[in-house]
Amino acid sequence: MTRFLVRRVVAAVPLLLVVSAATFLLVALVPGDAARSIAGRNATPEQVAQVRTELGLDRPVWTQYIDWLGSAINGDLGTSLINQQAVTEQLNARLGATMSLIIGATVVAAVVGVTLGVLGARGGWLGRTVDAASLIGFAVPTFWLALVLVVLLAVKVAAFPALGYTPLGQSPSQWMASLFLPVVTLAVPATASVAKVTRDAVSDAMQRPFVRTLRAAGVPERAIIARHALKNAAVPILTIVGLTFIGALTGAVLIEQIFALPGLGGTAVTATAAGDLPLIQGVVIYFTVIVIAVNLLVDLAYAFFNPRVRVS
Amino acid sequence: MLQGPSAEHWLGTDTLGRDVLSRMLYGISPTASGAAQALIVFLALGIPLGVIAGYRGGLADQVISRVADLALSIPPIIIVLVVIVVSAGRPVAAMASLGVLGAPGLIRVVRAASAAVRDELFVTAAKVSGVSQLRIMRTHVLRRIRGPVVVQASLFGGVALLFQAGLSFLGLLDPDRPTWGAIMGEASTVITQSQWLLIPPGVAITLTVLALGFLGDAVRDASADTDAVATAKASREAASPRTSTATSAALPDPSDYVLSVRELHVHTTSGVPLITDISFDLAAGETVGLVGESGCGKSITALAVLGLTPGGIRIAGGGVYFDGTDLVAGGEAAYRRIRGSGLGYISQDPMAALDPVHTVGSHLNEVLKLRGVGSSAARRERALELLSQVHIADPQRVLKSYPHQISGGMAQRISIAIALAGRPRVLVADEPTTALDVTVQSEILSLLHELQETTGLALLLITHDWGVVADICDRAVVMYAGDVVEVAPAHTVFTAPTHPYTAALLAADPSIEHSGRLPTLPGRVPAPGLWPQGCRFAARCRLATEACSEARVPLIKTSEALSRCLHTDLLKLEKRA
Repeated sequence: MTRFLVRRVVAAVPLLLVVSAATFLLVALVPGDAARSIAGRNATPEQVAQVRTELGLDRPVWTQYIDWLGSAINGDLGTSLINQQAVTEQLNARLGATMSLIIGATVVAAVVGVTLGVLGARGGWLGRTVDAASLIGFAVPTFWLALVLVVLLAVKVAAFPALGYTPLGQSPSQWMASLFLPVVTLAVPATASVAKVTRDAVSDAMQRPFVRTLRAAGVPERAIIARHALKNAAVPILTIVGLTFIGALTGAVLIEQIFALPGLGGTAVTATAAGDLPLIQGVVIYFTVIVIAVNLLVDLAYAFFNPRVRVS
Repeated sequence: MLQGPSAEHWLGTDTLGRDVLSRMLYGISPTASGAAQALIVFLALGIPLGVIAGYRGGLADQVISRVADLALSIPPIIIVLVVIVVSAGRPVAAMASLGVLGAPGLIRVVRAASAAVRDELFVTAAKVSGVSQLRIMRTHVLRRIRGPVVVQASLFGGVALLFQAGLSFLGLLDPDRPTWGAIMGEASTVITQSQWLLIPPGVAITLTVLALGFLGDAVRDASADTDAVATAKASREAASPRTSTATSAALPDPSDYVLSVRELHVHTTSGVPLITDISFDLAAGETVGLVGESGCGKSITALAVLGLTPGGIRIAGGGVYFDGTDLVAGGEAAYRRIRGSGLGYISQDPMAALDPVHTVGSHLNEVLKLRGVGSSAARRERALELLSQVHIADPQRVLKSYPHQISGGMAQRISIAIALAGRPRVLVADEPTTALDVTVQSEILSLLHELQETTGLALLLITHDWGVVADICDRAVVMYAGDVVEVAPAHTVFTAPTHPYTAALLAADPSIEHSGRLPTLPGRVPAPGLWPQGCRFAARCRLATEACSEARVPLIKTSEALSRCLHTDLLKLEKRA
């Protein structure tokens, strides 16, 4: 198991290299750069050039990249060009909101989605309802849903705050309240995907011959679904939950904007708008590391649920 | 400004007093073209790379798959954001990059579908006959991947539309063009004054994505193989549960037997008969062989006895009596009481019969718990006892094993142990040795025989192997095209079969000694729904006369047997001659 972990972590290194180098290269192609925005609109070309030299942006891209890489290995992702704050510091401060949002949405999606999927797998009207609901859940744009929820639950009935974020350490109850609407919004499409995949996977498992053996041995239907079909369906379900998490990362960029949550997504948008390379680079690295970590967890979970993976 | 719907402005007006409906219509083009751009890149990359990886395999496959896996771990939003900066907000660049980032998903699907084609016989045949690789890819491979590609494309089209709308909503894509997302972004700024503006773009996006989803589902359903049982309405007549009067008088009282099947009819839900008017009995400790070619309804009979007919198939009439109680009349509840404790079952494919994600011990533990074996220590002890009862040499180790770690023969022993856990009085065994090696076959048969002697178990053995009947059966029930055609004691069926079908099967059996060339039985069993009105075997029968085809033949009692034949006398004479 340790060897598996080590191998996977080592395999992640080239991915990080590729992604960071690609970002660097892409941003280097930008015609206008951060120097221009820092120097201001009315700056002369000379002034811009000076800012550029000060920031080291006039050096060749590869030199810049190697430099960045050198300090990145030591955990230093540089400083923001716009506000001179350390990138890691700035991003760590915003990690809490994003992770609360994404983990919350994924947990809700996994629990509700699997429950609905199992109910749907029994077929009949319930199955058709789950099918229809998951189709609609997938089709509704999250940002629209967010606005509708804000109108209904924050503006018309002031049940939840429409905007802002209270950190967990400050007040757990307000933390929950501030996350409620964003998490629900983000969880709806995710729940739809999880429910659909669960329904299909559990229905498939119920067609397998061992189910007949169990039925013939008198095992009740409920136990067959809970102990056997669901466990056999675990691999596709875990896959979709992992994908859901990655999808929630994308959704978070929108949701954080709408609900004014101080998270990584918002940083990503503002940093891209300002052409703040170190900050963009930092967000890319954070996002990629999160994805790698989730994929690793999913792989470990595969091994837990599927004995054949464990052996090989 | 900001008016609701009216006769003049069907969808109201926006912040600048512009007509929302016309802006929505005008927004179709940039919205749809954004999604289309992503989709084109998605397909242009995904299909060729997927086909090459799947169809060619080897190094190309390794490189493509590795890169695709890598790309799947990049969160698309962040790359698209970077591209937006680089391209100064040009929508084409953003949507194209989304297409690139989505392509690995399609590559995986196409790769799997085309790899499956590569190994198929017709492709090998085409290669051997010199058809060029390119042509094979174009004709065979493309035809196969069409279905999955359309499904993936419709899903991705929805994703791209939502993505495009989201980016426009944030004002990141060319904010001056009125895409649906941009209209909604505008609506969000005046949300406290008017909520109506949210409705048109939201509904439009949702319905479009839904439509794409439905399209994908429709294509998937259309490309899936639809089982053509529909051909069979033709002769429903022949099989309605009414022809039984001729036999019922001769049948013994079910309460004398541990298991009695009476005039059992099983149909598909669309009404096609699969078995008709099946009756036989099983006494305590007795072994009855249910014999016949494939497709005669043996397995369906076995499953109906257990009340476990698969979906789309139901018991249409008759009864299954266990200890004199009719399970069919009692419904699922009656069956549930008897399954496991009264009736046990072992299947044809022992490896598939065990749940691959549970250990042998977990299987036994679960079943023993149901039987009320209290403590886990007691269950473990009983599990070990059951395993040694089925002659498993190293029960301690096997308890901890998963199904993929044991052999087929051992898996069948474990299936038997699971079935025995509830101390059933009848064991239904559906071709228990078919999937096993010849040496293992006889071991399993002798195990079954031994268990019968030690526990008094009655055995209903489904088989097409006369050797098995000769070895352990007391009686044979011969089935043909959903009918019982002969019921005879094992000691007379070999020497004096009373039905021409039995005689023909015996004559064609290689395990029985023959003088000269082994005769074959020409023709095949007619499919359900295509059965003739009279004797169903008539078309293949040497002795058939016109009378055979006129009306349904009843089971007729001969000295030792029951036979559904008008010419038992002829058969007897022939044998003697």
